[in-house]
Amino acid sequence: MLQTDLKHVTTEEEAKRLIGENPFVMMCCGRMGPMCIPVYEIMHQLETRYSHVVFGDMDFDMPEARFIKVLPECRSFMGLPFTVYFKNGNVVRATSSIQTEDEIVAILDEEFSEGIKK
Amino acid sequence: MENVVIAGSGPAGLTAAIYAARGGLNPLVCEGLSPGGQLTVSESVENFPGFSDPVSGTDIMKKMREQARRFGAQFKKGSVNSVTQSDNCFDLYADKDRVKTKTLIIAAGAEARRLDVPGEARFYGRGVSGCAICDGNFFRDKDVLVVVGGNTAIQDAIFLSAIAAKVTTIHRRSHFRADACEIDRVKKIPNIQWLAPWVVEEIRGNDVVSGAVLRNSESEEERTISCDGIFVAIGHTPKTEAFRGMVEMDNEGYIKVHAKSTATTTQGIFACGDVCDSIYRQAVVAAGQGCMAALDVQRYLRKEI
Repeated sequence: MLQTDLKHVTTEEEAKRLIGENPFVMMCCGRMGPMCIPVYEIMHQLETRYSHVVFGDMDFDMPEARFIKVLPECRSFMGLPFTVYFKNGNVVRATSSIQTEDEIVAILDEEFSEGIKK
Repeated sequence: MENVVIAGSGPAGLTAAIYAARGGLNPLVCEGLSPGGQLTVSESVENFPGFSDPVSGTDIMKKMREQARRFGAQFKKGSVNSVTQSDNCFDLYADKDRVKTKTLIIAAGAEARRLDVPGEARFYGRGVSGCAICDGNFFRDKDVLVVVGGNTAIQDAIFLSAIAAKVTTIHRRSHFRADACEIDRVKKIPNIQWLAPWVVEEIRGNDVVSGAVLRNSESEEERTISCDGIFVAIGHTPKTEAFRGMVEMDNEGYIKVHAKSTATTTQGIFACGDVCDSIYRQAVVAAGQGCMAALDVQRYLRKEI
């Protein structure tokens, strides 16, 4: 299990339930390496600001993480972590490798802004 | 109120934490977005004193953190995002909290520099990478380029040579900055090819990287090269943006410190490691400066400086 403050997802069934039950889910699939840890930390920092979004992580080396790796949106990815944004159960964006806070915020605002309570 | 907050947890920050903790200051370390700092991307460190055999950067940093923790250093996740000064203390905004402190040691380190050429941003994570250890396995039996600077880049080439079919190292100068022993070692590896003095002008591909345009920096000759991946290891820039306006910096963002000291232009704020060192940029130098910063803080709190 990854050592993060995010919601840990350990099985494909759990991931699919999470994605099915929550309209806005950001899932980061990686390792505890220098390209992945900054993304987990940024996600943790954004949890309060985007309280309508579920921020989860998944260990890239678990066999159960295969369902992320084989997503069509991730097929050409060659950099950890794989970060996938789900809206109403569907993939709306996916990124490969390290991302900055500005890049993550831009995607959250573009894809998940309708969930913010006015 | 804290006696001292240390922003950063690389060799500079953790050495400062060890010395400050032993000095009874109960330091709080804000670990930053990359706990352990840049050394954690080094698979094999051979020049850090005290280790007769190669050791991973991650292992060194784990030991340093444990050493600091044993003497009473406290750790907090996240980065220091901004600093304000009021009376004789500082308010730091870190993660979701505000922290008040008498002194601050900036040891936030540096982040990997990018090539800034067409195609790099588009293909980052799709063939372009800044971490050989993290992403090397995606390139098994493929051809990769490594754009190199110093020792870490050479180690990246060695690491990748065991995974990839062919590794082509590209350096903009004819002369390499890396240690002679590292260069000798890499030159004996048959699937590593050398190109110098060449620079990458453009990264090409469709969905993923398929090649690059190179330019000879002496003759100006251009050529294209086919490859599946490009690893960029050309050095670092200081992570000092959060402290801009609070301390003086040079044009490149390095924090200015007084001679033979870690004191910055703002009383009570000290800097060490790669945020202020544009010349040596070595883990052992950063550790030495971390020690200096902790001792300077102790003297400052005793009103000796």
